[in-house]
Amino acid sequence: MSAISMGKESLKAIMKSKNTIVSKGAVMTTSENKESNNTETMSNEITQKAVATVYQSNQFGIKAYGFLKGVLPPIFGLLMLLAIWTLISHQSPSLPGPLSTWHSAVELFSDPFYNNGPNDQGIGWNILFSLERVSLGFGMAALIGIPLGFIIGRFEFANRMASPVISLLRPVSPLAWLPIGLLVFKAANPAAIWVIFISAIWPMIINTAVGVSKVPQDYLNVAKVLNLSEWKVFTKILFPFALPYMMTGVRLSIGVAWLVIVAAEMLTGGVGIGFWVWDEWNNLNVEHIIIAIFIVGIVGLLLELSLTQLAKRFSYD
Amino acid sequence: MKNTSTPEKSQEKIQEKFNADRYVLIENVDMTFATKKGDFNALTNINLNIKEGEFVSIIGHSGCGKSTVLNLIAGLLQPSKGHLFCANREIAGPGPERAVVFQNHSLLPWLSCYENIFLAVERVFESESKAQLAARTHAALELVGLAHATDKRPNEISGGMKQRVGIARALAMEPKVLLLDEPFGALDALTRANLQDELMKIMVKSGCTAVMVTHDVDEAVLLSDRIVMMTNGPSATIGEVLTVDLARPRARLDLAEDKDYNHIRSEVLRFLYERHAKKAA
Repeated sequence: MSAISMGKESLKAIMKSKNTIVSKGAVMTTSENKESNNTETMSNEITQKAVATVYQSNQFGIKAYGFLKGVLPPIFGLLMLLAIWTLISHQSPSLPGPLSTWHSAVELFSDPFYNNGPNDQGIGWNILFSLERVSLGFGMAALIGIPLGFIIGRFEFANRMASPVISLLRPVSPLAWLPIGLLVFKAANPAAIWVIFISAIWPMIINTAVGVSKVPQDYLNVAKVLNLSEWKVFTKILFPFALPYMMTGVRLSIGVAWLVIVAAEMLTGGVGIGFWVWDEWNNLNVEHIIIAIFIVGIVGLLLELSLTQLAKRFSYD
Repeated sequence: MKNTSTPEKSQEKIQEKFNADRYVLIENVDMTFATKKGDFNALTNINLNIKEGEFVSIIGHSGCGKSTVLNLIAGLLQPSKGHLFCANREIAGPGPERAVVFQNHSLLPWLSCYENIFLAVERVFESESKAQLAARTHAALELVGLAHATDKRPNEISGGMKQRVGIARALAMEPKVLLLDEPFGALDALTRANLQDELMKIMVKSGCTAVMVTHDVDEAVLLSDRIVMMTNGPSATIGEVLTVDLARPRARLDLAEDKDYNHIRSEVLRFLYERHAKKAA
């Protein structure tokens, strides 16, 4: 709080100093009015420079104020979370508090890439293996889902054909697909990837299809009048128009994929963040479970943020 | 239709003359749309000849189907009954020889002004080299006075400039017929007047046939050789065709005082507000 009031104070001081300098400049120019134009322009320049520097420091004050306004509330929010966590951990002694979790995390991340056989590997390996499964499942979902979305959005027949299938399969819980995967692939790892694939594909199909079907009739009329080939219609009209929708689908999909991987790995085992959580639960190492929750949250946030940045690059507005 | 002997040649000349007088031909056209509430008869018994090089305006109250007539000529719609011809060939669908300037410009927002026009040029003049296509695109931008906005995207320029790019795109295709669908409807009055003046100059340079849909009486009288006035829908048809025999080039300021101009203007107004007044919706 003191930081804010200090910021306001310094702002006031800056405003004052700006006023005095400007008025001095005005006095100078009026008093030297009878002298040659040369000195007048010079004094004008000096005034302008002075104003410019004051303006810059003024800007700095405003920026600092805005920064504090943007940063303080999230910090308060996180502190609140820690406070509630501490309170609960005092009530139930089996739940470790923030401090013991922090010590455990420091220890854990001091050696993230050790390897003591398939059931005991560093946290870094666990995260990387999970990310590998997610990127495989998600990548295949994108490869199939996005073109499918284009076809469904472009052709009414395909849309009518696909919509009952999509409505039927989309609400199915991702883990319900796991036994099918195990049965077909006869191995745990491809089954986990399959679960990611099937849960990540729907948002991409649906959003791409919506984007393509929303292309304004005006643009399609332009295409008709110009007699554009189907390929040109795709590259110059459908694709650029549907791209923002597609990116929304991709963002939703990666979120779902990262949600599902923890649950899938708990069931399939192997090296991965989900299995790690399950393993630590069996060891009753609750600190590690809490750390895993934070890791999953942070990695999910980073994935989302990077895709949002990517989407911004592709928007045409 | 092979003509070799002299009498047949003169026959061909007559035929040519005939074609020039009936460059765009609309014959007994009806247009009925299938809607959820049943069929909706928008146009009945439309008959119209448009000469080569003529500027024809279609005017009427909103909802009278004037845009439908334009879309029929463009080939974006197919008539329920009757036939449409352009340069002696039946209109089977949209094509670059009938370029359209859309009401809301319809430029692709992810392409620059240059790319928007190039897309059209590239398709129409497929056999030409890249350099020739680029030259055509630059010439079109030059024609509408937008050489400085070549690399700007549509949302970086004003509404009037967007519409000018739309006109440039249409003209760059070297169409036989230019179709304008309320081209200046979305612009403010001053910009509209400027663009009307420019369009007049451009039409003189290009010499192509034009059909314009409008609801602006002054615009219709200023630009047209003939004004087609439509009755109110449903089942709208052509109520009257008025010839505007004012000398060209026409100057907006001089015409404001001109007796003939004001006479034609009041004729159109009388048609729209006395004989075919539309009840306020």
